[in-house]
Amino acid sequence: MAVSQTQVWQSATVVEVSEIARDIKRIVFAPELPVKAEPGSHIDLLVQIDGEDVQRSYSVVDSSEDGSRIAISVFKAPLSRGGSEFMHTVSVGDSLRITQPLQNFPLRVGAQKYVLLAGGIGVTAIANMARVLKRLKADYTLVFVGRSREAMAYFAELEAEHGERFQAHIDDEGTSLSVAELLNDVDLNTELYMCGPIRLMDAVRRAWIERELDLPNLRYETFGNSGWYDPEEFIVRVPKLNLEVRVPTDRSMLEALEDAGADMMFDCRKGECGLCEVRITELTGIIDHRDVFYSERQQRLNQKMNCCVSRVVGSADKASEGASAQRAVVTIESS
Amino acid sequence: MSTNTVTAKILPHPLNAWYVAAWDHEVTRKPMSRRIANRPVALYRTEDGRAVALADACWHRLAPLSQGKVVGKDGLQCPYHGIVYNSAGRCISMPAQETINPSAIVPSFPVVERYRYVWIWMGDPTLADPDLVPDMSQMTSEEWAGDGLTIHADCNYQLILDNLMDLTHEEFVHSSSIGQDELSESDFVVTHEGNRVTVTRWMHNIDAPPFWLKNMRDKFPGFEGKVDRWQIIHFEAPSTIRIDVGVAKAGTGAPQGDRSQGVNGYVMNTITPETDRSSHYFWAFMRNYRLDSQLITTQLRDGVHGVFAEDEAMLQAQQAAIDANPDYQFYNLNIDSGGMWVRRILTAMLEAEGRLVAS
Repeated sequence: MAVSQTQVWQSATVVEVSEIARDIKRIVFAPELPVKAEPGSHIDLLVQIDGEDVQRSYSVVDSSEDGSRIAISVFKAPLSRGGSEFMHTVSVGDSLRITQPLQNFPLRVGAQKYVLLAGGIGVTAIANMARVLKRLKADYTLVFVGRSREAMAYFAELEAEHGERFQAHIDDEGTSLSVAELLNDVDLNTELYMCGPIRLMDAVRRAWIERELDLPNLRYETFGNSGWYDPEEFIVRVPKLNLEVRVPTDRSMLEALEDAGADMMFDCRKGECGLCEVRITELTGIIDHRDVFYSERQQRLNQKMNCCVSRVVGSADKASEGASAQRAVVTIESS
Repeated sequence: MSTNTVTAKILPHPLNAWYVAAWDHEVTRKPMSRRIANRPVALYRTEDGRAVALADACWHRLAPLSQGKVVGKDGLQCPYHGIVYNSAGRCISMPAQETINPSAIVPSFPVVERYRYVWIWMGDPTLADPDLVPDMSQMTSEEWAGDGLTIHADCNYQLILDNLMDLTHEEFVHSSSIGQDELSESDFVVTHEGNRVTVTRWMHNIDAPPFWLKNMRDKFPGFEGKVDRWQIIHFEAPSTIRIDVGVAKAGTGAPQGDRSQGVNGYVMNTITPETDRSSHYFWAFMRNYRLDSQLITTQLRDGVHGVFAEDEAMLQAQQAAIDANPDYQFYNLNIDSGGMWVRRILTAMLEAEGRLVAS
């Protein structure tokens, strides 16, 4: 219910670390100021990257009734910007700065039907919702999508807990998800909650719009950390500021521009608010729009991008990776 | 449980409970604002008549949505920049962008319409079971007729519960209408079970005070003589108190269950905390005789309104005295027994919610 967006920082002790799936660690905190975490909530925490404190967001997988134990799960991304790598080094007894649970993705009680869609590590945001819907005896389906079973956190638990309401689609078992089929059972009274890679979410959103379903019933959360392409190093030029900045794979364009001394406007840093939008005057490469601020029409125009999450790649063809001559360049007008 | 908690002078209110937000007729297509449990709430009706309660602050810049207007079948539009929310609190229209920010949402509180009231649940919405709405069935029963009003009381909600659980105060606060010596002289019995408390008091063979004499004469024209008088106070957590009241011709068997020679009313009270120091006090007086007389309905409503104004003045004075004497504590008497059981139940609810505050 309550939409809490106020960051209340506190220290929290790590009381449990376990590897629960391939490259996925479950980390349990004992926070100093416990508050029960509602389904869909997340915490922000400070990770150390190159000796600097950087803020990251992680969904709360579960918490004890009184909030004295709060669990997240972190996937060690192969192309980590540093956050997940750091989180994989924490151990029991460590103390971290974390916020009390924040809520941007509340589950609404009272829909006639629910579909919960989790892609990969996105299950962390969805698991708690499924638990509450089960307790409420709601009509729900939990759909879990992943590349392979070993890489799908909480698989056995969720399957056991939700029985017939649990559906898995696993690429390397040949049971990949068909979005069209998923939406077959969806009607105007269904709410769909999803968390996962941007490709999956875009596909659902497209199908949702095509089927003329009610847009507010499509609920999603993104931390803007996945795109259509793997991140590549690229160059951003700002003629007005006489800047040419290299954007490495582990930095966002916004961060790289800030590092270079540009005075940038931004807010959410996850591709929702549109405040960090920059206008593009020249482009060699392809824009990997990772935001949810633009409509597809606007993304196709390629005139603007949200530099907090969106990137530029040299080519749609992955084979060109490493061919330095293909390095993408984007020229922008700063605000 | 510490004694200190049980006699807290400012008791916090449970959140996981139904409270009356408004009378049914107050909630219309024109949005209204009401502060409930410390939070401003915007109340309105959808095109198909359903009552809706949204947090009364736009997600964007917190402008009060209650000052906006209803649009479409269930939308409420912010008066400042035109952002529209549906009855679930979700943004359905956003200015100057083609998509809708996924975070754009305001809390929507569960609402149930029942017994002529719109009830609201301010706590964990996953616990908002409509079966937990307190029993106020006399409000809509065909066997009862009556009406009521709302008092805005400048005091902590619990002081009103204390007031209603111990009616010895009638002798002193309401001396011209329902008060009489026998109230503080007669014995009473307190029972409790689960989240309910009952206080029963009988006064035998007494003169009817002015209010009850009038009622007896409405039913038995020209009535003279002694009466047996009763007050049976039914509390249901967190803050609903129905008082079964009446008098019957003395010695006609009312204490044994035959009320045919008497007049019976139900004082319906339900209190909604507004802030820690103010309350919305919804009350009604229902009767089970001469049901078709609107004259009597109006007379009783106005009569009780006058009586309750005396309580309101006392409660406000009490709250002011509490605030002016921060070092003084409450002392509990035998007459507080019903109220003390109420406090014990509320304390348990607050402990379960992890929100007990010592004061």
